[in-house]
Formats: sequence, C-alpha cells, structure tokens
Amino acid sequence: MFKIINLILSIVLLFASSAFADGHKLKVGMITTLSGGGSGLGIDVRDGFMLAVRGSKDIEVVIEDDQRKPDIAVQLADKMIQSEKVDVLTGIIWSNLAMAVVPAAVNQGKFYLSPNAGPSALAGKGCHENYFNVAWQNDNLHEAAGGHANSTGFKNTFILAPNYPAGKDALTGFKRYFKGNLAGEIYTKLGQTDYAVEIAQIRASNADSVFFFLPGGMGIGFMKQYAQSGIEIPVVGPAFSFDQGILKAVGDAALGVKNTSQWSKDLDNKANKKFVSDFQNEYGRLPSLYASQGYDTGMLLISAMAKASVNDMEAFRDALRSADFDSTRGQFRFSSNHHPIQDIYVREVIKEGDTLTNKIVSVGLQDHSNAYVDQCSM
Amino acid sequence: MTAELLIEQFLNGLQFGFMLFLMSAGLTLIFGVMGLINLAHGSLYMIGAFSAAATFAFFNSFWLSLLASFSCAAIVGIVVEKTIIRKLYNRDHLDQVLVTFALILFFSELVRWIFGAFPLYLDVPELLNGSIEVFSGIYYSKYRLFIIFVGLIIAVFLFFLIGKTNLGIQIRAGQHDREMISALGVDISKLYTLLFGIGAALAGLAGALIGTIQSVEVGMGEPILILAFVIIVIGGIGSIKGAFIASLLVGLVDTLGRFLIPWVLQTVTNPSDAMSVGSAIGSMLIYILMAIILILKPTGLYGKQLS
Repeated sequence: MFKIINLILSIVLLFASSAFADGHKLKVGMITTLSGGGSGLGIDVRDGFMLAVRGSKDIEVVIEDDQRKPDIAVQLADKMIQSEKVDVLTGIIWSNLAMAVVPAAVNQGKFYLSPNAGPSALAGKGCHENYFNVAWQNDNLHEAAGGHANSTGFKNTFILAPNYPAGKDALTGFKRYFKGNLAGEIYTKLGQTDYAVEIAQIRASNADSVFFFLPGGMGIGFMKQYAQSGIEIPVVGPAFSFDQGILKAVGDAALGVKNTSQWSKDLDNKANKKFVSDFQNEYGRLPSLYASQGYDTGMLLISAMAKASVNDMEAFRDALRSADFDSTRGQFRFSSNHHPIQDIYVREVIKEGDTLTNKIVSVGLQDHSNAYVDQCSM
Repeated sequence: MTAELLIEQFLNGLQFGFMLFLMSAGLTLIFGVMGLINLAHGSLYMIGAFSAAATFAFFNSFWLSLLASFSCAAIVGIVVEKTIIRKLYNRDHLDQVLVTFALILFFSELVRWIFGAFPLYLDVPELLNGSIEVFSGIYYSKYRLFIIFVGLIIAVFLFFLIGKTNLGIQIRAGQHDREMISALGVDISKLYTLLFGIGAALAGLAGALIGTIQSVEVGMGEPILILAFVIIVIGGIGSIKGAFIASLLVGLVDTLGRFLIPWVLQTVTNPSDAMSVGSAIGSMLIYILMAIILILKPTGLYGKQLS
C-alpha cells in the first residue's frame, strides 16, 4: 500500500515539476569549443558563464562541443533548436562557426548571445534583432591597437592575421585607425603553427613594429619563434595572444608586450573584483578575458530574465537591449546594432611573483562603438 | 626582395622539410613494413610533447625532456601494440582506421584529463636560443639549425638500421613476405613490437622538438598527421629514402610557394588581394604537388612497382 502511494506521489511530483518547468525555466544551448586546438578558449567561456548562472535555478544549460568545426556546430545548433527546444543559444568562439550557425538560429526565432565571435557581417548588413554580442565587434580591439601604434609613434608596421573572417576584420580594424605605412601585410593559414616564413619577411621588411592577431595556439607558436629569432622590433597585438590562458605557455617572451583588451583582471569595479575572486575560488586559476565574456553573457541573461519572460519575445529583447547588469567591465551598454559600447584599454604583460599576467597602462579608446552601426537597419 | 631573404626562406624550406621527415619517418616504417594504417601516430607525437613539457616543468632541463619524449612515446607505443594493435594485422584497413581513430579520441581525452585543456610551456635551452650568422649577412635561428641536425642524424640512423643491420634485413624481408620470414624462424611478432616502438619513439621525439617552438596542446597531432600521410604517399609507402626526399620536396615547395606566390601576384593586382589569393593557393600547393607526382608515378617516388 505504502509503495503504491509512494509511486503515485512521485508521479504527481514528476508532473508537477515538469509543469512548473514549462512555465518558468529558460533553456540555454551552449555550443563551444571544448576539445582539440583552441579548447582553452571554449572552456573559459563555459566556466565564466556557468559561474554567473550557478545560483539561478530557472536556467537550464545544455553544453555541446563543436570541435572548432563549422559542420559540427551547425548539426549541434539544429539538434538544440529542434529536439532540445532551447530558447537562447550562446557559446561560439570562432567567427567562421558563428557565420554558419547564427543567421539560421535567429531566423528561427531563437536569441543568440555571442560571448566571443563578432564578425563584421553580423554587425552590418547581416545584423538581426535577436542577435546580441556581449564581447565586442571583431574589429574593436584591433582598432585600439591601431590607435596605440599611432600614439607610440610607430610609422611603418608589419601586420599579419589568419585567413578567416575574424582575421580579415582584424587587419581592417587595425588599418582603420593606424595612420602610418604598412611595411607588409600577410594572411596566414588558420591553425598554422610555424611562422619561420613570415618572420623572415618581417626581418627583411625594415618595419619599426609588428601587429599580429593570432589567437590561441597560433600566437604561442609565433611569439616563441619571434623571440627566438632575435628580432628586436616591438610587437603590438590584441589581448587574444596574451590572455591568461596562454601566457604561461608563451613564457617570458611575452613580458612587456602591449596589448589591447576590453577587460583586465585589475579593472577596478565591484563586479570585476567579485568575478575574479569567485572564479579563482571555483576553478583554482586566474580568469581570462574569455571567461569574463562568458560571465558577462550569463549576467546579461539573468538580468533580462528578471524583467521579462523569454516567451514574450518583444519584452525579453527590450530587457536584453537595456543591458541592466553589473558588467565586469564597469560601463556597458549596447549600440543600435546590439554590440557593446565600451572602453578599450592598453595592457602590458607583467610578472606578479612567478605568474605572468596583465595590467592596464592606459585607456586606448573611450566609449568605443563599432564601424558598422550605420549599415545595420533594424 | 633581396637575395638574403630568398636564401633565408630556402633554409626555412629545408628546415620545414626536416621537420616533416621527423614526423613521417616513424609512420612510413609502420605503414610500409607492417601494412598498418596508424592514425594514432599524431597522438604519439602529442604524448612525446606532453611528456617533454611535464619533464621540463619538473627538472627544468631541455635535454632530459627530449629523453623523456621518445622514451615515453616508445613505452606507450609498445604497450598499445601489445594490447591492441597486434589484433589488427590480419584485419582489413577499415578496421585499422576505426581502432586507431578511437585511440586518437582516447589519448586526447586522457591527456586533457591529466594536463588540462590549457597549453603547456616548453622552451628552447639557452644554448640554442637566438640566431647565428650562417653566411655573411644571413642570420638563422640556432634551434632551427638544431632541428636540421637532428633530422640528419635520424636519417643516417635509419639508413644504417635498414640497410646495414640484421634487424634491417628482417624488416626488409618482412616487407616483402610476411609468411616466409616467420617460416624461416624470425619471431615476427617481436619484430613488429620493436618496430612499432621505434616508430612511436620517432613520433614522440618529433613532438618534443617541434612542440618546443610551437604550442604544446591537446590536438596538436592531428594537423601533423595529414601532412605525414601526404609525405609517405609522395615518397612511396614504406621507403625511408622516399620519405626523406618527399619531406624536403614538400618543405621547399610549401615554404617557397607561400612566400613567392603572393609576391608574384602583387605585380598584377593590389597587395591585399594578392595576399589573400596567394596564401590560398600557397596552402593548396602541397596537394597539387601530390596529385602531379601520383599521376606520373602512381606508387610514389620510391614505392614498389605494382605488378
């Protein structure tokens, strides 16, 4: 008898809980790179995001690994939209994957919050009311690097980036702000690890500085080989090759390099201090800028949920647009094409004890928006 | 463009060729003699790099970490051969591909589980840091010269091993007729274990040498694997000499192509377009080379002629 009551009770409970879930829960599908090359970036975004949403019972997160392959990302997105029935998608690191997934997802009425990739195509003509970028438009950090090169007095810069959407955005962004000459311009293969050919060209070019955008393992290889080649020309780059996750692998070769970032560990605001210490307590390592982007994405989502239900798309979109949350970057708001307007800083790689890390030296661009606002009609 | 730059790029091509030879020598031994398609070669490369990085973190000695790289990879290789690979010799190639592909996934996850997903640190020793003047006015990285040097040693070692020793005679005999050599009293399974161990050690050594100037991270072996297969197909499967020539050929073609094509294109179009078109063609060049060679010599440069 007891057993039967128990059974009935548990069945009732089961139904009750699922009915409750249908009413209030929001389901997030996270597609990010968790294995193979570049997995450090995805893991940081995931950990930052999960840190932000860990206290919220109303968010359910499904996480899948895209292995940095566009075809797999598309399959995962289809699965998440059709069988998992997620409300919000997020997580993609690489711009070529974002280009494959985001347009289809937002056209099917899902929200996409980008914690990293911000290709120009999705900021300009391809912008969409359901697409929000919480990190930056791809060009942003490179624009700041261009500005920094000007103020340092560089006149003849050699620039290189991988041949994929974010690489093209990078060089475009740098050239938009840089006023000097280009000593050379090279697109390398995505995933290339040996840069002997490019370094020889840099040596022969008479450049007075080098700007490079080589995220993840590519940057580690380049910096080590560059330091080893004995070339003394100073380098400037966006934060991606000098972020916390890979500094240890680059080693002292990175010491003193100026890099541009929208975030830094030492940014002085309450949200950031809490984030840095929570992240260290939870995962036992220092956060990177990717982790901060994942965290801000989570915080934005929670702030929107407090204002509106995801089932009311209009209201939820307005709630996202108002960006009413405490960002780790301090000031944070969206431009009309749903990309951040924010300060971009110049950081320098330093040593704190035995640990390589970054500290802010100046503000590169203040309240910086992006160059594609006018092209977006939404 | 100056002559210095051209010579430096030629050296780079040569150096890249030796790098490729280090990667593909083990693979061509295993593939050619044992008839085994070992997709997990890249994993052994990764294991070599990670054991080197771990040793480096512990003892802070580059030379010890080199030693660790090929011994760890050899041990892992021998264990894998004895437990798994051994069962595959009589199966068809599809089974071999499936099993060794599973090994890739297994080793990648294992390494990530042990070391985490973040790249590890491994750096060149003080002795090999910086560059020296090789000809007047031409400076070249000492470490890259060291890679050329190690590649030469390995090449000489393998030529000697295959051509002049008893073991080499057995290996060559096994390549021709597996049954006959075991009928003549050679313990073929011991020979295969040893050979797989040597192949694994070479992969591990390559991983440590190359990981030192690139990045030591999970999945570093997979891009290498494709290049290594291209090399052994161009060189002729199983031929060390073929692998050596093909490595240098591919190294030079890839490096000079990547450098010269955009430069030539710049004369007809604007630099930015020339660069993106040129780098696209440059990265196809290896495969175009492979196609041409296979059209002219279907079994590769030094492959056995099909009868």
